[in-house]
Amino acid sequence: MSEHIIDINNLVKHFGDNAVIDGISLSVSKGEVVVLIGPSGCGKSTLLRCLNGLEPIQGGTVTLHGEPVIHGDKSLYKVRQKIGMVFQSYDLFPHLTVLKNIMLSPIKVQKRDKAEVEAKARELLERVGLSDKADSYPSELSGGQKQRVAICRSLIMDPEIMLLDEITAALDPEMVHEVLNVVLDLAKNGTTMMIVTHEMAFAEAVADRVIFMDGGVIVEEGAPSEFFRNPKTERAQRFLKTFTYTK
Amino acid sequence: MQGIEVLFMGNNMLRLLSGLWVTIRISLISIGFSLILGTLLGAVMTSKNPVVKAVCRVYLEIVRIMPQLVWLFVVFFGVTKLTGLNLGGETSAVIVFTIWGAAEMGDLVRGAFLAIPRHQFESSLSLGLSKTQMYVFIIFPQAIRGLIPNVINLSTRMIKTTALVSLIGVTEVLKVGKQIIDANRFEYPNAAIWVYAAIFFMYFLICFPLSMASRALTKKQQGGE
Ligand SMILES: Nc1ncnc2c1ncn2[C@@H]1O[C@H](COP(=O)(O)OP(=O)(O)O)[C@@H](O)[C@H]1O
Ligand SMILES: [Mg+2]
Repeated sequence: MSEHIIDINNLVKHFGDNAVIDGISLSVSKGEVVVLIGPSGCGKSTLLRCLNGLEPIQGGTVTLHGEPVIHGDKSLYKVRQKIGMVFQSYDLFPHLTVLKNIMLSPIKVQKRDKAEVEAKARELLERVGLSDKADSYPSELSGGQKQRVAICRSLIMDPEIMLLDEITAALDPEMVHEVLNVVLDLAKNGTTMMIVTHEMAFAEAVADRVIFMDGGVIVEEGAPSEFFRNPKTERAQRFLKTFTYTK
Repeated sequence: MQGIEVLFMGNNMLRLLSGLWVTIRISLISIGFSLILGTLLGAVMTSKNPVVKAVCRVYLEIVRIMPQLVWLFVVFFGVTKLTGLNLGGETSAVIVFTIWGAAEMGDLVRGAFLAIPRHQFESSLSLGLSKTQMYVFIIFPQAIRGLIPNVINLSTRMIKTTALVSLIGVTEVLKVGKQIIDANRFEYPNAAIWVYAAIFFMYFLICFPLSMASRALTKKQQGGE
């Protein structure tokens, strides 16, 4: 077994009486791409948010490279530098240019050299096809462009793992592709990722492993070819059917 | 005889300007205190504690419901009556305008923070920023950008409302104007129009650049967002 980046052990997360995550265990290995699917409201976002300590948890543990992730703890600032997270909504900082959005955290948090960071930022923008947007403000970008910048902003921190939470869900259909292509490219280059998505074709193409969640637990997991062709559980079958359009 | 001459007779212009200075002084001091106290109040108002929230809300509503003039009377006459302490008109005015300005300012600050989407906080933290860094680099700059036009508008409202202080005996620009008009009632019956025109012009000189600035900033932000 290769090196684990993230270990989730019997994680429990409640919102009041609502047990949104009810005992989930799962590990992500270096270079692995895990796709998380499940019905809306089943706790996918919450799971990702627990991984970098945005949510307090009520039971179990999350560790990154063996270091515990503890909500509210000082150690979180270190942990979060190693976890890149991109959300569904456009969360670029509106008062900063694209370049400054990307450069802020490596300079302020990691205290890296400005010239080095700028060179790296421009290189990343080039890689996602946005070299000409370095000095634009987020308001001047399309949704797809914003999400590509958000990916760069996380990547520049050299994270151990990227968490992508439905990053194309708010996009117009014609922009979904340009963003997913960037993610596929990352996967090819060995970036460890946990991806929540409703794009099933993309999930199948990008995943090393698919995890189907429902009711706060992992209902089924497996290789994408296996899962999508031949789901074992009734709940997964029912869920996948909702994505096939039948008259 | 032209009424306009009244403006330049004796030291009338100087008196008007010193009246204007009283207006500006009361406004500036009140606005200054309001900015400081209102920012603190606004920070408190964003608290999740329901008791704190309710107390702030009640304060704001009470301040808003009562006309400023009533507040001026309450503080100027009421405090003297109750405590025997004579505050003086100008101090009373500064107190009232600060109570009012801080409440409004607090509400603006609260609004400016609530207007910032939750994801701005979460993306900042996800990038490893500390809470302090998050506020300094991400939250405050956005809140302030949203706040500046509103603060300018509030300031112009406060400047204009200071005209009420003449009613508690403070000789600000409007009061001086009335005195000049009264003194020249018989020789220059149409002095009033010139004096008021001059006062109008003075208010205009102060408030117009402020509203222009506010408008320009609002526009810039709508364009740049
Ligand atoms: N801050 C919150 N407070 C209370 N309930 C929440 C909160 N965030 C999410 N939930 C609830 O947790 C459940 C899972 O939400 P979420 O993780 O966003 O689901 P998904 O991403 O799978 O659609 C939902 O029922 C949602 O209503
Ligand atoms: Mg979600």
